[in-house]
This record gives sequence, structure tokens and C-alpha cells, in this order.
Amino acid sequence: MSAERVINAAGREVLTEINGLPAVPYQGVGAYKPAGRKAAPPVSSCADYPSDGNKVLPGLREALINAGLRDGMTISSHHHFRNGDLVANQVFDIAAELGVKDLRWFPSAAFPCHEPLIKHLESGVIHHIEGSMNGPLGDYASSGRMRGLGVLRSHGGRYQAIQDGEVHIDIAVIAAPTSDPFGNCNGVNGPSACGGLGFALADSQYADKVIVVTDNLVPFPCVPWQLQGNHVDSVVVLDKIGEPEKIVSGTTAITKSPDRLLIAELTARFCDAAGIVRNGFSFQAGAGGTALSFAIFLRDMMRERRIKARFVRGGSTRYLVDMLEEGLTDYILDGQTFDLAGVQSMRDNPRHIHTNPFVSYNYHGKGNVASMLDVVVLGATEVDVQFNANVVSHSDGRLLHGIGGWQNCLFSKCTILPIPSFRDRIPVIVDKVTTLCGPGELIDVIVTERGIAINPLRQDLIDATRNSGLPIRSIEALKDEVESICGGAPDKPQFIDNYIAAIKWVDGTVIDMVKQV
Amino acid sequence: MNSRAEAGRGGKNVRSDCLVAIELLDSGGITIDLRSKVETLYGRSIRAMVEEMLAFYTITDARIVVEDSGALPYVLAARIEAAVRRLRPEETREFLLPARPGIALSTARDRFRRSRLYLPGNDPKLAINAGIHEADGIILDLEDSVAPAEKDAARLLVRNTLREVDFMGAERMLRVNQGAPGMEDLRMLIPQGPNLVLIPKVEEAVQVRDVYTLIEDLRQRHGITHDIHLMPIIESARGALFAYDIATAAPSVVALAIGLEDYTADIGAERTLEGRESFWMRGAVLNAARAAGVQAIDTVFSDVNDMDGLYASVREAASLGFDGKGCIHPRQIAVVHRGFAPTEQDVEKAKRIVLAFDDATRRGLGVVALGSKMIDPPVVKRALRTIDLAVRSGVLSQTWKEEVQA
Repeated sequence: MSAERVINAAGREVLTEINGLPAVPYQGVGAYKPAGRKAAPPVSSCADYPSDGNKVLPGLREALINAGLRDGMTISSHHHFRNGDLVANQVFDIAAELGVKDLRWFPSAAFPCHEPLIKHLESGVIHHIEGSMNGPLGDYASSGRMRGLGVLRSHGGRYQAIQDGEVHIDIAVIAAPTSDPFGNCNGVNGPSACGGLGFALADSQYADKVIVVTDNLVPFPCVPWQLQGNHVDSVVVLDKIGEPEKIVSGTTAITKSPDRLLIAELTARFCDAAGIVRNGFSFQAGAGGTALSFAIFLRDMMRERRIKARFVRGGSTRYLVDMLEEGLTDYILDGQTFDLAGVQSMRDNPRHIHTNPFVSYNYHGKGNVASMLDVVVLGATEVDVQFNANVVSHSDGRLLHGIGGWQNCLFSKCTILPIPSFRDRIPVIVDKVTTLCGPGELIDVIVTERGIAINPLRQDLIDATRNSGLPIRSIEALKDEVESICGGAPDKPQFIDNYIAAIKWVDGTVIDMVKQV
Repeated sequence: MNSRAEAGRGGKNVRSDCLVAIELLDSGGITIDLRSKVETLYGRSIRAMVEEMLAFYTITDARIVVEDSGALPYVLAARIEAAVRRLRPEETREFLLPARPGIALSTARDRFRRSRLYLPGNDPKLAINAGIHEADGIILDLEDSVAPAEKDAARLLVRNTLREVDFMGAERMLRVNQGAPGMEDLRMLIPQGPNLVLIPKVEEAVQVRDVYTLIEDLRQRHGITHDIHLMPIIESARGALFAYDIATAAPSVVALAIGLEDYTADIGAERTLEGRESFWMRGAVLNAARAAGVQAIDTVFSDVNDMDGLYASVREAASLGFDGKGCIHPRQIAVVHRGFAPTEQDVEKAKRIVLAFDDATRRGLGVVALGSKMIDPPVVKRALRTIDLAVRSGVLSQTWKEEVQA
């Protein structure tokens, strides 16, 4: 078999083979439905495990040897600590000491704290990464130095890949802030509490071997047990597994920029004009400064009119917790946790639903919670005149962000991208996105500081907001204005004709690929 | 003559600006050393502009370093021109990019001037999107916010801003320097057609007359047809004393503004939140403005995080009779507008007067009556203005008359 270049249904050139495995080109929204049975871990027998339930091993090294770590395996880890993770780097340091090569790292997301892994990519311990790559790892991959292709998946897409067997995990290493010796564990208790552990759920269920790493071992039973010890092979106790104060990455503070505040305010006013803000509605706003500010404007609007939401999808933040406590929403559904107030509330307030990508986003689920949301507010680095959006690369083509839950959330009843129309001299509204992550048919509204563009497919929203007094304009007009300000249409990045990463759609098909810069 | 000069700002924390350094050489042609965050997207365009401008200024042998943090073309051009002029103090040729069509404005004497947003003249970052916040006016400041050594660069940047940046209907205002540098400001900037000039630290009428004479001369020479209004700023004991003379010093004076920071220092008082120390002065300026038939604009509120304090301060200013307030942050604008919005009572009264006026006009009557009371024309005019303000402030629907009739 050899990799061919084909044009997918979005008009993007993609490869038919990725890292030696066949890959399906994107076919359109909801078009690809693989058949067969879901993947499954090997059959285990409880007779092989200590009858006293104590699976604690002396160290991570012993646990990895016990799990049979060897060349070419797939190792997974999770980003519940965001930029404060202290475990993943240790796993690969140990692998290097043991002389293991060619590992595939399958994190739910990578952060700048994982920069030390570049040396393991260089030395051959890690073959390639399948997960978000930003900061130093993104630059490394963009420069073409990684041996395999990076594969970027959404949170839901990661679950899909595990469940339909596209990715088989050999060893899952799960950092858990509290665990018992049996491996029941949670993220809400202990000195490193980080909130939920939802991103590790699939790994715990589908990996061949599961190692729980904790710095807070409690006697059985660990309550609550967010992940079940029945899936766990061994438990390791370290001095410190994460720095919970760093789960608050830079993206989880309210913006102070007057322009972004205006965009957030316009977004809230749009939701109001479109009739979305009513009793029993639901919304999700991500962790970016503009999205958080949107939530505040929405909160004030709800307070004033005594409107209550049925549920809000987190990551929990202090602001959402305040809304919950004030009675402005019945529940928060938490996929992850963005600050320590969110962690504490998840521990203390029963009105949090601890969710995971299976519940919220999974393509192989029997339904999708994301599609039940009345409105979702998301970021983007670029949007084009077809409403296609890019969230993974800079305009110059370098990898920048992971996809996160972004693609999955596009299925909401109303998807709004509040974004500046240009950043310094970088146009955000463009004729064609550098990297396609989300098809325009799912993106309903773009809110910029220079006007609001509604996707022509959403005649209902166009009609509802016609006499709202909001600055509604065509996306072409916005693009023309941006180009006239920035000094004409920008040059296209000149790529080296060598693919460095694949962007997966939520169903596992390849929606676009990224070339070397 | 210097052989090396630079202009603009560079470095990690700078956005939307650039640092341009030019070193003249004896031979070797032009070399451009560009470091830009938008190299991929606009590197070609930046180099082309550098080359075009050097050719314009007939510089044939030089090394140019551009450290660019995403400067828009008009900013880049202003910085290059500033560096060239620093190399050649005698240089008077202006490098003008085509002016953006449709951004020039003509404004009425008595238009609303509730909010005026101050922008530091030498910082492009804040000016680019200033228009979206819907202030009644935007002030490009060349005076206190610009360091003495940067006045030349600020003047060029402000000139290019007036030609390129769309303030979306906000009145285009300048605060010029005092004395001779202020006259320099006017000579370069009046040709770009601002709507209003703020004159700082005015203490006597002659300061206003000098500015007026120069502006009228420049307007004629450059064929500018729209009015260029004046707003003297009173910020001293003497200024307050001569406020009426100042307000009537030239026909183009449309408002008196107040600067309290300098005033309190001048009278030897301590500035307090309640402002007892400036109460007489504010009253004196307000009274002079009213006597002269011009608007009175209150000072700025300097705590940008205290929106409740700002609102209280605007309400107080409005109740004293002031027409506007200075803003130092875009988020203050909406609060100021809310503070100057007419009360429900005022609006109801104005609606009755306007409807009675309409009725009288329809019936061809010369006098307007409300019940048994006669309404004088100035009262009707004031009611119309209240209605206009109410609609602008969002407290009255634009179609209120149809709603009344329905």
C-alpha cells in the first residue's frame, strides 16, 4: 500500500494513508458511518490480580516494565492539569532509560510544559505525536522534524478513534489526584485536585494496560470514583503529579481589551435578538477571554430579565460557578475544569454533572449532547467567506492549537464565533482558510468588532435579527474591509511540499492536512 | 547631518507599531533587514513600501532595519517618514498614501459632544479600532500624552491616521500643543480636515484668536469647505476668570472644556473625589459657556475600573448642566451616554411638545399650544433635541411617533 494524494469532499488535498495505516478522506458532514463492532481490550481475569486489592507498585518505572513497555507501543496520557502536568515527561524519561524506541504518544492534549519531549523525539524514543501540538511542539512538528505525521483530533474524535479501533492504546498512564490502592480514582480531591478525569475514561476502558499515578493515596474506597479500579493494572504513588494552579492557563481570564469586550457584548445581544436567551435554554462558552466575557454579559442579561438556563456546559470557571450558585442555571455539565473555583465547586456542589467526551461528543454514541445545546461560543484563528474555520494553525501555517472540543461543539443549534476581524496586521476573515478544521455549513454566525455576519444557510437567524439594530453585514463585506485596512489580500504561506500533520474530522475521516513551513 | 536615525517602537510588548532605523551609506545601494510577525503574509508589501519611500526621498544608499510588530501600512509609512525627517531636518516633502474614501466628515456647531475619547497620538494600537466604540468624538492627542522627543513622529502618525482610519461617524478632533509647536501641528494637520481642535491651557482670548486665524488661513489655502470648530480647554485660575472672553474669542468656538488636574495644582488645592475644590471653577466655566452660547464639557473621570463612580460623576455633571465628559477608555463611552440620557419625565414632556408642534404645523397654525399654555420656539427646539438624544441613548424608539399613533 502506498499513500496517494486525493481531493476530499471539502476540496482539500489529503493522503489516503497516515503513519502506515489507511485513512478515509472526509466525505461531508454525517456522511461517513463505519460498520462493524467496537474495539475491546483483552480479556482479563481477576485471579491475576492481588486478592487484597493492593495494586500499588514501588514506582512508575516498575509499573511501565510490568505493563510490558517495548518498542513501537502507543502510550496515552491526559491533560487534566493542562500546562501543569508533571507525569507525561517522566514516562518518556523512563522509556529512554530503558532504551525503548519508536513510541507513539497519544495525549488528549499537549501543552508547552511538554517541551522537554522534543529531546525524546530527536533521539527516537518517541516516533510521533497524535494529539494537539502547540507552542514548542507545534513549531517542532511544523518544521518537519517529527518522523511520523502528527494527527490532530477533537476530544470526541479521540474517543471515536479509540472506540472504533483506529487507535489502539497499549499503555494508558492516568494522573489522578486521588486514588485508592485498587485504582479507583478521582480528580476532585487531594492536593493536586484538578476537577474531572473525563478525558481518561476511554483510555481506562480500552487500553491493554492502565497505570494510575497519584500523589494522594487513600484507603479503599476512593469516593467518588470517577474512574473504576476494575480497569486498572497498577497504581503508583509520586510526590507530586501536577501543579493545579497551572490548570488556569492564560486563556481562562476575562479579557480587558475594549475591542474584545465589545465583541462579547455584541454576541450576547445577538443571542438575545435571535430569541435564544429564554427560560430553560442552554449554552456553552469556552475558555477564551472573549467567550468568558460573553458569559458575563449573558449573565447580566439573565439576571435583569430573571431568565434561568437549564444547563451550561463547562469547563467550569469561577464565573459559571457564580451563575450556578446564584440560581441562573440548574446544572453545569463539566467536560474539564478551567480554574480552581471550578474544581472546588465540582467537589462540593452536586449540581455539577461530571461528563466525558463519550457523553458529550462521541461520534459513535447514540446521540450527541453537543447538538442539544442552544448556543455555543467558540474561537478561531481564521474564518473564510464560506464560513469555514481554522483553529489549529496560524495564518502562516504553523501549528498553533489543538482542536479540543471545538469541532464537536459545531453541532449545536447555533454556533457563534466571536473573533476580531484582524489581529494587528493579520486578517482573520479571509478568502480561504489556511487549514480547514470546521466546515462552514456548521458555523452559523461570525461576530467581529466591525459587524456580524450570518451564514446564508441560517435564514431563520437572518429573519429573527433583521430589525434588531445590530450591525449585520455580509461576510464578503467584512473580508473586503479587513483587506482594505491590512493593505490588500495577504500573500499565501509558501509551504514545503511535505505533509507534517493530518486534521481529523469528528468521524475519523481526514478533513485537511498541514504542510511543512 | 546625521547618518543614522530611527523612529517608532519595537520590542516584545509592542503591537501594531514598528521600529524603523535608517543608516545612510556612501555606496552599496539599499539593503532592507526586515523582522516581522507578518513576514509570510505581508513581507513583500512591507519591502515594496520601504523601497517606494526611499525612492520618493531619493535615498539611494542605505541600510534599513524594520522591526515590525504588525504595523498597518499607514503606520509603517509614518515611521519611515519620521526616520527620514530625523535624518534630514530640512525635509518638507510629505509622503502621502491615498486617503481612505468616505471617512472625512462635516459636523454641525451644536452636534452632541457627550463623549470624547482621548487617544495618545503616538500609539497606533488604540486608534485603529477606536471608531467601533461609538464615541461622539475621538481626540488624537499631540500634547500631554506625547513625550517631547516624539512630537515630530506623533504629528506624522496623526496625519496618516486622519487620512486612513475610519472613526465611523465620531467627530475627528485634535488636541494640539501649546504655542509654537501647536502652530506646527496645525500647519501639518489642518490640511487633513479634522472637525475640531482642542486648544490646551487657554488663559486669554488671544490664544484662541491666533489659532483661529491660522486655521482660517490654512482652510482657504487647502480648499477645506467644512467648518473646523474650536474647543478651548480651561485649566488654570486665569483661564477660569476669562472664560467668557475665551468662549467668544472666535466664531468657531463651539465649546469650553475643563482640565482639572492642572487647575487644582494651579490654585494650590488637593484634588478630591467630591471635587469641592473645583466647584466654583466648573460653575464659572459652565456659566461662561452658556452666556456665550457654546457647549460646556466636563473633565475626565480617571478611574477606568470604577464604572459606578463614573456613572455618578456623569449624572452630577449632567445635572449641573454640562453637555459632555472626556473619556480615557473606550468602555467609559457607553456609561457616559447612559448618564447623559434624558430622564423618562423629560422624554414624556418633550414628546407632548413635539406632537403639539406637529399638530400645529399640520393645521397651519403659527403658535404651538399645549393645553392652555403657549410654547415658544426655543422650547420646541429643546424638546426636539431631547427626543434626538433619547433616541441616540437608546431610551426611546426611533419610531415612537408611529407607536403613539397606533
